[in-house]
Amino acid sequence: MPNGNRFDSLKMMAGRKKLDRRDFMKFCTVMGTFIGLGPAAAPQVAEALLNKKRPSVVYLHGAECTGCTEALLRAYEPYFDEIIMSTISLDYCETVMAAAGHASHAALEKALRNPDGYICVIEGGIPTYHGGEYCKVGGETFFQLCARVASKAIATIAMGSCASFGGVQAASPNPSGSKGVNAALESVGVEAINIAGCPPNPMNFVGTVVHLLTKGMPKLDSWNRPKMFFGDTVHAHCPRQEHFNKGEFALSFDSPEAKKGWCLYKLGCKGPYTYNNCPTEMFNQVNWPVKAGAPCIGCSEPNFWDDYSPFFHPIEDNPKS
Amino acid sequence: MSQKSAVVAGKNLIIDPVTRIEGHLKIEVEIDNGRVKDAWVGAQLFRGIEKILKGRPPEDAPLFTQRTCGVCTNTHALTSIRAIEDALDIKAPPMAEVIRNLILSALVVHDHLVHFYHLHGLDWIDMASAISANPAKAGKLVAQTSNRSEDPSELYLIQKRLKDFVKTGQLGFLENAYFLGGNPAYHLTPEENLILSAHYFEGLRVQLELARAMALFAGKNPHAQSMVVGGVTCYDSLRPEIIEHFRHIWKITMEFVENAMMPDITMLTMKYPEALKYGSTSNFMAFSDFYDPETGKDPYFKSGIIWGNNLHKHDKMDLDNIAEHVARSWYEGDKARKPYEGETDPQYTSYEDKDKYSWAKAPRYKDEPMETGPLARRAIAYAKKESETTKLLDDFFKKTGMKSEQLFSTMGRTVCRVVETTMLTRRMEGWINTCADRIKAGDDKIYQKWTMPDREIKGVGTCCVTRGALSHWIKIKDGKIDNFQLVVPSTWNLGPRCANGKLSPAEQSLMGCPCPDPDRPVEILRTIHSFDPCIACAVHLIDGRGGEPKKFKVL
Repeated sequence: MPNGNRFDSLKMMAGRKKLDRRDFMKFCTVMGTFIGLGPAAAPQVAEALLNKKRPSVVYLHGAECTGCTEALLRAYEPYFDEIIMSTISLDYCETVMAAAGHASHAALEKALRNPDGYICVIEGGIPTYHGGEYCKVGGETFFQLCARVASKAIATIAMGSCASFGGVQAASPNPSGSKGVNAALESVGVEAINIAGCPPNPMNFVGTVVHLLTKGMPKLDSWNRPKMFFGDTVHAHCPRQEHFNKGEFALSFDSPEAKKGWCLYKLGCKGPYTYNNCPTEMFNQVNWPVKAGAPCIGCSEPNFWDDYSPFFHPIEDNPKS
Repeated sequence: MSQKSAVVAGKNLIIDPVTRIEGHLKIEVEIDNGRVKDAWVGAQLFRGIEKILKGRPPEDAPLFTQRTCGVCTNTHALTSIRAIEDALDIKAPPMAEVIRNLILSALVVHDHLVHFYHLHGLDWIDMASAISANPAKAGKLVAQTSNRSEDPSELYLIQKRLKDFVKTGQLGFLENAYFLGGNPAYHLTPEENLILSAHYFEGLRVQLELARAMALFAGKNPHAQSMVVGGVTCYDSLRPEIIEHFRHIWKITMEFVENAMMPDITMLTMKYPEALKYGSTSNFMAFSDFYDPETGKDPYFKSGIIWGNNLHKHDKMDLDNIAEHVARSWYEGDKARKPYEGETDPQYTSYEDKDKYSWAKAPRYKDEPMETGPLARRAIAYAKKESETTKLLDDFFKKTGMKSEQLFSTMGRTVCRVVETTMLTRRMEGWINTCADRIKAGDDKIYQKWTMPDREIKGVGTCCVTRGALSHWIKIKDGKIDNFQLVVPSTWNLGPRCANGKLSPAEQSLMGCPCPDPDRPVEILRTIHSFDPCIACAVHLIDGRGGEPKKFKVL
């Protein structure tokens, strides 16, 4: 639904402390529930979000398209400006930060020396061919940068499918030898939480950060994804599932069945194989691919570009799987 | 510790990473007497999307190609779709084209807005200075320069927020900003800084709404999913309440564009007249876009060419004149190739090399570098005497004292971006109405069935992406992608030199750029940022023909 007028949104923006206490606690209750702590955890969430010292976050960009950062800009609860002004201290993030060149490096080094530590977020795959030279930041390979930053972080979050599993550049024949954070940095002792998705739902990122601030490490599935967001398949909560159960499928995009909102499985939907909360969380608060008539492409699964394509054919027609 | 991006190598200054862009970019400049004497602009990442596309079903390409860039997602998807529809010789139904226009226009406006405030803004705005502003005075200034009524309470709130933020001692995203501690390169008064800071934050909220507008039809944002070869799939969006939601967002946007962006660029142009004196390039190129949904003709953005900054003459754009050079890029060979025959074999030399120094190719039109993007589009429209562009620009010149030839400058590029945002946002209402009327009339034909022929086919798709002219070139054989090439705005604007040694537009624009304080090279950043660099797009290239890349152990 359309929200508020311009003035309302500015009032909201003027900081949590100025917010109506009831509104704020309502938000904390929602967030507490969202991250699986239950509504009773609201005071705990509130305390974490109002903490005087905001946790330092170092956000690195590698072999990626910046879609995950773009998704984060669309965060809603809290808004991105609230995240960077009131929730975390975004001490290094090339897309947003004011400083450039050596001044940005100085900001990074300062954050790495922070006595309270920092959370490392990595967006993008890590190229490994040719000594990692396919991606350089300030003359340092992305691999070196990640190894240096992530190995000393309090926690590392792999933001999006590229950082989680290598992503689009890791699709066959993976010309740059790109890998996800866990595959590339295992040797230096890094174990990252994978917020998979292309892009991930920003709420899943924010919820993970709030969980880290309130209760520490969330429970992870076998692919290191937080179970609270990746516990069920897309299919499990899909509104089109009743049609699947009845065997009612759309067989082409111009069919009456497609118009009626029947199941997209035979048009290639990978919802039954894909773990994510898209149907319940949605994107941009208004829509998600299957609602928009587009088959799920399985973007939060490992190796989805190769294992889940061709995208417009059901998986049993796919000779590769 | 590896080499850092500080001032190095004698007289040369390296800025790496260039921040507040999308992707990885290194700039090296030679400085002489406080001005740039030579420049090298190098992309620092490559991924290989084209190689990855080979052998896959063409209809999957839009999903892959939009991952070249998380900013221009929908435009890459749409350009791929246009290339494939061109190859198949099919047309999407008019209602699908209306929806595509809505999505694309929302994206361009979104992208311009985010660039103006969040990527480029801090080159001009001193957020720290806003803390000492008088909000009441600032409120009066808002009332004088826009249709917004004087309401200093909003500005008080923003100021308090900034004060509280600074008081924590954790500067976060503002750490080491070039304006901290006072910088003579920043000219706005505290009140003006407060207004622009407020718009920076308000802009974050508006962009969120615009992303939502795209998602209403595209399924999500970033990375659309409902645009497919043959049309769109979003039957569920064909409801009056969806179009009214879109209209609501359009109204919020329109209000912001007219009452914040326009007054803000007017203010910046008047306060930074020196930025009208550097940053120029010579040649300009644009594709056409936003075609009439009924006829597929009469594009709202018009294609064309301008040579040598001549605003009184324009040429026809001919796709056949495009070729890509790799002589100065980290690829083998030095032969320029047309996109259908594109080939790219990686050959990395070193970070310090000035002969080969970028993963971006160097596209050329008739062997000449061409600037593309909002400046190119508006300059060509102005040369063609297109009425809205002409009126908006002439009004702007009158108000600010800017001369038409000063369009070819760092600030001129940004002026054109805001002018384009204004005219496109105004135009959106028409598409919204068309969409609403068609929904009312029960038009739900949004997809056209097609079949992939066995014979070899090829096609090209073009698109007016926010930051320039994008083209996708596809060859299809046995129903699979045989070759796929992307010629992207960022390689046009920010590529390296070509085989003939001609500088790219960004390199050219840096020539003579002032750099009075190499520790805080804000004038160089202003110039580079004025192009709205988007580097992931520029580094999609690698075709490992001739065997798999060697595997090296990394550490």
